Amino acid sequence: MSPPAHVRVGQPVHAPAGTAKVVLALLRKELLVELRTLESVPGMALFAVTTFVVFHFALNQNTVSGQEAAGILWVTLLFAAMLGVNRLFVADADQGGFDAFLLAPVDRSALLIAKALSLLTYLFVLELVAVPAFALLLLGPPLSQALPSLLAPLALGDLGVAAIGTLIAAMTVRTRARDLLGPMLTLPLLVPVVIGCARATAPLLQAGRAGSGTLPLRWLGTLALYDLVFGLIAYAVFDFLLED
Amino acid sequence: MRSPSLRALSIATAVAFCVSLSLVFFYAPIEAEEGFLQKIFYLHVPLAIVSLSGFVIGGLMAIAHLRTRDQRWDLRSYVVIHMSLIFGAAVLITGSIWARASWGHWWVWNEPTLVSFLIIFLLYATYQPLRFAIEDPERQARYASVFAITAGAFVPLNFMAVRLSASYVHPRVLGSSSNLPGPMMLTFFVSLGAMALLFATLCCYELAAKRTRILLKARSRILGFQ
Repeated sequence: MSPPAHVRVGQPVHAPAGTAKVVLALLRKELLVELRTLESVPGMALFAVTTFVVFHFALNQNTVSGQEAAGILWVTLLFAAMLGVNRLFVADADQGGFDAFLLAPVDRSALLIAKALSLLTYLFVLELVAVPAFALLLLGPPLSQALPSLLAPLALGDLGVAAIGTLIAAMTVRTRARDLLGPMLTLPLLVPVVIGCARATAPLLQAGRAGSGTLPLRWLGTLALYDLVFGLIAYAVFDFLLED
Repeated sequence: MRSPSLRALSIATAVAFCVSLSLVFFYAPIEAEEGFLQKIFYLHVPLAIVSLSGFVIGGLMAIAHLRTRDQRWDLRSYVVIHMSLIFGAAVLITGSIWARASWGHWWVWNEPTLVSFLIIFLLYATYQPLRFAIEDPERQARYASVFAITAGAFVPLNFMAVRLSASYVHPRVLGSSSNLPGPMMLTFFVSLGAMALLFATLCCYELAAKRTRILLKARSRILGFQ
């Protein structure tokens, strides 16, 4: 009996999934798990708000503005992001997620892209909480005039943290003392991002200006370039981290 | 087995250092602004150049390791990065001494090269903790190579970023070496050559020691089974 006409013998029934589909599937899994367990994001947000309180007492100031404000905002966002980076691959390492992924016939860089996008999402939610909290607790000048221009350095900084954080998280997750090594490796690599973001944000948070400062394009340019270069490097070397 | 070339390298390094130190102390003129203390430049800048080149070369060797899966490239990469880190510590110390002599402070933030160097030093200081936190030797070598490549690419980017951020209001402490007069230029290049020879010699010694230890372990393992 010959098989039905629409099934051809010897051909695979389904073609292997394209990378975009794999990335979306992995991203959906990540966000679903995070939504159900709420492991990373609430901790990051709470840490950021608490850090602002600590800064108030450490600096003994009621309001900050200008470069100081930019510095406090970025240092807090950076260290809160480290918490997220630490937890990024832990579930995969502890519960065999890496092995399961390696068995699937898909492009391995999809894991990098999906994890980086999920970290980007966590950072976005973190900023939704942290930036208004900062404006409420510590920032002198009103946030409303700075806000549209503030989105650019925030976005570029997030991209840099996502690219480098994901790469280093993958590197350190299966080592001893992973929580210690992660920040130790990531922070020096993120110094250029901090430089660019803090310098770009400082004129936006200047006190006493009616229309706030203009966004310095040179810093945004360097940030974008840095993000691009490190994104490409992470993409190139990630495969070697997954083999086992 | 490799002692003839090690001996030759050591002798060459000793001679080069004698020549370079004689040039520094007896030939190079005393600089007008900073005086005798400026001569630490002949130690500090070659150390920095050799150290940074070492980091980048370590990254290139790591690329070779990942492409060929030959463990010998990983050993070379490890030794070169380790040696560059030690030279890097010397750079920071000599830079500090120079800053103290010129500016009165042990550390200055308005010298972008020194600041970039500190960041790179802090990054590479994590190389060995990363290596020794991974037990499986093949995975350790692979992850270390990935780190060496990433960090090697970071070196030039970091220098550009920090240089951009430097304030141009304050004059730079360490003057640029592009407009050196003739005698100083000669002394500088001889010192650079001597430092590079020292780096190569020390790396060869460390490689020889490591290879010997590996051979010894292999032999004792074989003997242990008999």
